[in-house]
Amino acid sequence: MSAVPTSAGMPVPGPVQETTPTFVGMPKFPYAARSALRNTQQRRNLAHATEVIRAKRAKVVAEVPRWEELRQAGADAKDELLGHLADYLVQAEEALTRGGAVVHWARDAAEANQIVVDLVKAIGTDEVVKVKSMATQEIELNEALEAEGIHAWETDLAELIVQLGHDRPSHILVPAIHRNRSEIREIFRREMGLVGRPAPDDLTDEPRRLAEAARLHLREKFLRAKVAISGANFLVAETGTLVVVESEGNGRMCLTLPETLISVVGIEKVLPTWQDLGTFLQLLPRSSTGERMNPYTSMWSGVHEGDGPQNVHVVLIDNGRTHVLADPVGREALRCIRCSACLNTCPVYERAGGHAYGSVYPGPIGSILNPQLRGTASDVDRSLPFASTLCGACFEACPMRIDIPKLLVHLRAKVVDAKGRNNAEGRAMAAGAWLFADARRLERAQKGSVLAGKVLGNRQPPPLPGAMGMWLGARDIPDLPAQTFRQWWDAREGGRS
Amino acid sequence: MTTAKEAILARVRGAVTDLAAPMGARGETPWVDQASAGVAETVELFVENVVDYKAEVVRVGPDGVGAAVAAALTAYGVQSVVVPDGTDPGWTAAIPEGVRQVSDDALSAAALDSIDAVVTSSAVGIATTGTIVLDHGPGQGRRALSLVPDVHVCVVAADAVVHDVPEAVSRLHPQAGMPRPLTWISGPSATSDIELDRVEGVHGPRTLHVILVER
Repeated sequence: MSAVPTSAGMPVPGPVQETTPTFVGMPKFPYAARSALRNTQQRRNLAHATEVIRAKRAKVVAEVPRWEELRQAGADAKDELLGHLADYLVQAEEALTRGGAVVHWARDAAEANQIVVDLVKAIGTDEVVKVKSMATQEIELNEALEAEGIHAWETDLAELIVQLGHDRPSHILVPAIHRNRSEIREIFRREMGLVGRPAPDDLTDEPRRLAEAARLHLREKFLRAKVAISGANFLVAETGTLVVVESEGNGRMCLTLPETLISVVGIEKVLPTWQDLGTFLQLLPRSSTGERMNPYTSMWSGVHEGDGPQNVHVVLIDNGRTHVLADPVGREALRCIRCSACLNTCPVYERAGGHAYGSVYPGPIGSILNPQLRGTASDVDRSLPFASTLCGACFEACPMRIDIPKLLVHLRAKVVDAKGRNNAEGRAMAAGAWLFADARRLERAQKGSVLAGKVLGNRQPPPLPGAMGMWLGARDIPDLPAQTFRQWWDAREGGRS
Repeated sequence: MTTAKEAILARVRGAVTDLAAPMGARGETPWVDQASAGVAETVELFVENVVDYKAEVVRVGPDGVGAAVAAALTAYGVQSVVVPDGTDPGWTAAIPEGVRQVSDDALSAAALDSIDAVVTSSAVGIATTGTIVLDHGPGQGRRALSLVPDVHVCVVAADAVVHDVPEAVSRLHPQAGMPRPLTWISGPSATSDIELDRVEGVHGPRTLHVILVER
């Protein structure tokens, strides 16, 4: 465990884990992306889906004249929260407890998983139904439950597709975005019967029919489940209210029908006040699914007598978040509400897809969250801050005004600093620094490049070996100029300074 | 031994020692919304946005609810309907003999699954988003009632329709000591998980039929 000093010199423990078991040995982004780029079916699926969602988002965002004020209000609410997170967490715990919920705290994934496993075992059931939740994916809860013989049934349509397809999610909102309708039909026909009610014999690849097959398959699971596990989009500190935003009604089924409900919530999901929901319930649906409002939003404040689960648990997880919080520049990544607008707008994500990021958080937000949550010990986490052209489209789309390009540059610097200087890049930069430190030295070098330009004409320089060659392999060098700026200035202004 | 709670809170406090602003320094929670051009315009926008989600909307006067409920249940071929406690008797008076009316005697989920429809009232409507909010008070039933049956007939009072989200949030502030659960409904159940094409009808009611009561 590394420690980062804060401005006051008080150490805050480093990231609690280096990477999760599923992603151990994941190659760095450029290598993972290269194989994804060769998957033309996936590229077609992604290009279509991201184009559709970008258009929908643009339309409903344009309907809100004060959108920029809303973004600012959202960012301000999260900054207020993060600046006083400990006090708001205590307030949230008190309100939840008053409402009849039991609050648990977990420093890391292992601790969170153990709490949930123990709760489920105490009920004495061997299955749970799940609402789509990034937090439980991050801690790999399903794997922990399976290891104890407890089946975790994902009930969100896209999560069901991923689970039945023995696949990994590739998008925050639409985890099966890399699959098209005919692939989904094949998965349903092949797999549904192995874990419950089979898909109808005459199943077509019409989305309406596929959704109906999921309805039929999951209904028996909803009706018999004793325990549900969810995340939460928001936890209001003032009232102890948990909020889950969804579309299909699978969330409502899980949050309403079973006797026991366990919600795993990242500590940054808190909102300071009830009224903050007035801001966030405008920002999230329009940014996420491109709807004015998502079909269903459920809110509960502990146990409601005679209505819904009577055994309500909340597991608050850190799992690296305090490490992100300790970085004065990096901490704004904790404003993220997991809407995925940055993924949909990112030219790199659109082509490479989500799997190459080696995490449940792909795309631009993943590129800044993973290296902070997990640290930069692994190849893939070190490479993520570079998986961007810094075009800035993600910042424009982010409803929380997270300056993702700024954070990418900040994290690049950290990665390079950690590497030290004794490598090709470090030596090249040192040579550059030596060159730029002296005007006459630079002038001589520039004259040299003019000479090289005369030799090369408009041809590219010959391929170089090693790291420099790889770097040049992906880039075109502009034609070398016929004269340097200084020569041009002398000729035009006669050396006047 | 430090507990996880103590450890996390200590880390959180240690992480933000560079920040000086006192708690609550941002002042009142910001309220960013769209202004209404008038009550009539707000109600029109509400109807337009509810219809846009592929929900049915019929508009009636205060005496027209019973007939509208009966007409809806007949149109959908409903054979059984669950009626929450506290429902206005006038709303169910015209339901045809052939439709079995069931009251909620702690019905199991499986029992609810065999009922075709539910009739509820609602707490708040939101025009800019076409949203209806249930606070599960009298006439609205516990949450499972408006979830498991496949047809939801929902009565909305036009004077409970607000223009934008912040006002709805403000009206629904949980009361200390007796907070209610809330369900915000915007159209029938839907998914965009297959190629991001929106499909209406997954696990929640596949039909949402709104009866808007205007004075």
